[in-house]
Amino acid sequence: MNLPVAEMVPADGKWFAGTGPLQDAILSTRVRLARNLRGHRFPPKALPEESNRILQRAAGCLRQVPEFERATFHAMEELSTLERQFLLERHLISHDLARDGRHRGLIFSADESVGVMVNEEDHLRIQALAPGFQLDQCFTAATRIDDRLEGDLEYAFSEDLGYLTACPTNVGTGMRASVLIHLPALVLTRRIKKVLTGVNQVGLAVRGFYGEGTDVLGNFFQISNQLTLGEKESQTLLSLERVIHQVLEYEEKAREVLLKDAGDQIRDKVVRALGVLTHAYLLSSEEVIGLASAVRLGVTLGMPGLPDARTLHALLLYSQPGHLQIAAGAEMTSRERNAMRARWIQERLAPPR
Amino acid sequence: MKCQICSQAEAIVHIKEVRDDRVNELHLCEKCAREKGFHSMLDQGKASLANQFIWMAENLYPDATAKVGHIQCATCGLTYSDFVQSGRLGCPDCYTHFGPQLKQILRRVHGSVRHVGRAPGKDGEVFERRQKAQRLHEELERAVEREEYERAAVLRDQIRLLEESAAGSPPLSPPPERVDERACGDAGGDA
Repeated sequence: MNLPVAEMVPADGKWFAGTGPLQDAILSTRVRLARNLRGHRFPPKALPEESNRILQRAAGCLRQVPEFERATFHAMEELSTLERQFLLERHLISHDLARDGRHRGLIFSADESVGVMVNEEDHLRIQALAPGFQLDQCFTAATRIDDRLEGDLEYAFSEDLGYLTACPTNVGTGMRASVLIHLPALVLTRRIKKVLTGVNQVGLAVRGFYGEGTDVLGNFFQISNQLTLGEKESQTLLSLERVIHQVLEYEEKAREVLLKDAGDQIRDKVVRALGVLTHAYLLSSEEVIGLASAVRLGVTLGMPGLPDARTLHALLLYSQPGHLQIAAGAEMTSRERNAMRARWIQERLAPPR
Repeated sequence: MKCQICSQAEAIVHIKEVRDDRVNELHLCEKCAREKGFHSMLDQGKASLANQFIWMAENLYPDATAKVGHIQCATCGLTYSDFVQSGRLGCPDCYTHFGPQLKQILRRVHGSVRHVGRAPGKDGEVFERRQKAQRLHEELERAVEREEYERAAVLRDQIRLLEESAAGSPPLSPPPERVDERACGDAGGDA
């Protein structure tokens, strides 16, 4: 193992162990900035030696960033597929970086709230994560690293088009701000489609649990800005914030409708989900996402005797395949994982004696 | 290619891992990939923004693409049709070499072709200085029109300071000749 797993596995002191505004509905917020170095090909077209030079150069500069003072720069090539899967589940790397580690690198702070991927689609992908709804905090954290790096590295920037990126959908601010939001009542009342269509129409994108192109699991949605050109970062963040508040209002109304029209069925669904989580012998990770989603709904409806939103978030994170295998220190079959997952969740949700 | 584990189904997940200078390749079918825990890698990739972008480039302007497909970026050698196929540009200069084509698409995707957000420190300062100089020049013109020559002199000094501080940076646009003359000549006069 090249990753400091002993430090990484426990949640203590990590951003996701904290609490954030509106955390009953919003799991986490992320802001990422795409940056490239002047005078170099973008990573998808760069030659191996050029990519390696950039990797070395970026590693040197990133080590000077105060946020990464005690951090290790990981060459992705040196990490196993399991370690990469773990980082992917931790939202620290993209699918692309998990799949192909050549000439690519990663550095992240001890609390995992800020990190930089090197030679992903762009030379640098700076990202900041926070629990709950914290767009401004994430933006500030990401720009602090950006400011520091631009002192050492010359960015590819044009006055007309802003920060130049490999994909023209990111050109301009290079910023993607996204919010992982839980909308069970809108799904159950079948209003979600209408709401999400509206979200799309105002220039925002909706994706699944794992980001771009992924399925929606457990009523968790990622809502993010699409536009990066012609709008200041502050405006982009503000319109995203407004839309999120609007969506939360719709979710709130849908909850009221649910309680009024089908209160008993909903409460039944919630406690049954908790029953399965605490008593099953085998649980797949997709099943856990669905069950945790139902229990979360109960939490937001104020039902007593349920684990809190934070515990449920941790459960979602730790019951993923990479996390289980890293914690076990061994590769496991899907059946073995399902058994371990069920045991682990039982322990985690057991009432204190 | 068949799956390396079951040797039956077609491999759809391809993973490269480099260890100690040795490249290990894994080619798995969907079932075995899920079994190994790579399902999150499977569930992605179809409706990405980049793909939408390529779709637009190909479908909205098919004639345009056919006509300009051979255009090449002089810096990295990428052709416009390479770009349309991959959705990724080769280097920062592609934005210049494919300028007119990209602008059409950027306008459709972003509704704009002009960046207004953050800028790197050095360029950001240039931005700011330019904006400030523009403001000062406008104020100077107004001051001269109103025959406020004392104010005009102060403004002229401010512009000069700004230009001196910009030494080594791209030059700022020079103040209009007539304003300069009158303002200088009459500075301190009884306006």
